[in-house]
Amino acid sequence: MKRVYLDNASTTPIDPKVLGVMLPYLTEKYGNPSSIHYEGRLAKKAIEESRERIAKIVGVKKEGIIFTSGGTESDNLAILGIARANKEKGKHIIVSAIEHKAVLDSCKKLEKEGFEITYLNVDKNGIVSLEFLKKSIRKDTILVSIMYANNEIGTIQPIKEISKIIKESKIANPIFHTDACQAVGALPININDLNVDALTISSSKIYGPKGVGCLYLNKNCKIEPIIFGGGQERGIRSGTENTAYIVGFAEALFISEKKRLSENKRLTKLRDYFIENLIKKIPKIIINGDRIKRLPNNINLSLHGVEGESFILMLDNSGISCSTGSACSSSDLKPSHVISALGGDAELAHSSIRFTLGRYSTKKDINYVVR
Amino acid sequence: MKNKKKICDGENWLYNDIVKDHFFHPRNILIDDTDYEYDGMGISGNAFCGDVMIVWIRVDSKKEKIAECKWRTFGCASAIASTSMMSVMVTEKGGMSIKKAEKLKPENIIKRLGGLPDKKLHCSVLGDKALIQAILDYKNNRP
Repeated sequence: MKRVYLDNASTTPIDPKVLGVMLPYLTEKYGNPSSIHYEGRLAKKAIEESRERIAKIVGVKKEGIIFTSGGTESDNLAILGIARANKEKGKHIIVSAIEHKAVLDSCKKLEKEGFEITYLNVDKNGIVSLEFLKKSIRKDTILVSIMYANNEIGTIQPIKEISKIIKESKIANPIFHTDACQAVGALPININDLNVDALTISSSKIYGPKGVGCLYLNKNCKIEPIIFGGGQERGIRSGTENTAYIVGFAEALFISEKKRLSENKRLTKLRDYFIENLIKKIPKIIINGDRIKRLPNNINLSLHGVEGESFILMLDNSGISCSTGSACSSSDLKPSHVISALGGDAELAHSSIRFTLGRYSTKKDINYVVR
Repeated sequence: MKNKKKICDGENWLYNDIVKDHFFHPRNILIDDTDYEYDGMGISGNAFCGDVMIVWIRVDSKKEKIAECKWRTFGCASAIASTSMMSVMVTEKGGMSIKKAEKLKPENIIKRLGGLPDKKLHCSVLGDKALIQAILDYKNNRP
């Protein structure tokens, strides 16, 4: 049966070119990058070249890139590591209410360690209020973490403006981290533009391998490791580096950056075409999240009277893959915290469906779904 | 759990074939109830939990048996399938007696469905509660 994959925000397939550069490091170039013999040096060289490539795209020095096992670990490391290393300065942290669970659950852990967390509400369009942020900064605020683009509803936060408020604050000088997992490949991630101190990137959403990502960290930021051992990644992230995955990640980022502007344009058109035609077909749908300030690949909607999991299984049966914020499909049986934060009624959260377009999505696919 | 392996086989489905069948081909479902004449009606669940179901019954008052059981559910696949299966159970073989229907438990429905994924056991089988409400409604309004 024909399959239409519209769940690219969950993960993407590996680009064949990416796989090509990875393969040698899974077979003949198997050395441990920490070994000083020939095989080790070969692996080390590949990792450092990858670090250099990524650093160049992010617009930073290569020492600032720390390889991790992906977005979740990078977020955990940023939140836990920065908070714990800076607790002498204060114990207050600000995050948005619609962060990924990798950030929110790290915050829950920190609350148990005596930290105080402010969860910034978003407006009904899913955007953080700058006024509210300004008011939330306190003398003991050490860290602010606000995602660049949301994974469920695709709303884009005004990172530059947020950064400006933080940097110009006379009350405190907190470190600013942003989770850019969903933004990479769609939005600019150059640090000189964004002006953030820490940035999370994952490989699995940009046609690279799963299980690898990085955290960019400004050299002035103090951080504590959350994984201990051999002292790799300047002691911030121990564990033998996964050379093949790191090489693949760098290649994937390079390709997605190269295609970013053209893909952005193409997908924005495709997204709007999709939404327009859906509304024509089913006038009762509600689009969740800002219509303009949203990722070019994200369509999130609720349909009154149709529960998310049921809808997804129906679509899956017709060959269409997408996802839901319904409790029935989550492991904790709670409805999406993101859709709930938009302030609609509970049924809407259970009814939310997310379609996310990707590099291989076509107008033909969309026509198939709408029909 | 005899069916566990089958149920959790991710490559196939989260749900087994019986559940799938009742989800894709719900029995006794009533989409538009405006002209439906019933003897009893009951609702269970709430929108916050994600499952709401409504059950209508017609009763053969002479035999004190359920003659018809119609329903509509807002919920996940297991909620839909379990209500569908329940409607079959109470109407098959000439209809279940009111007495027996009052004692119907989620476990009985789950068993007939060939099992459900573990996390669905407690949240999605609410049809029996709506049925009890419908029976109560019938008893209260009995001429």
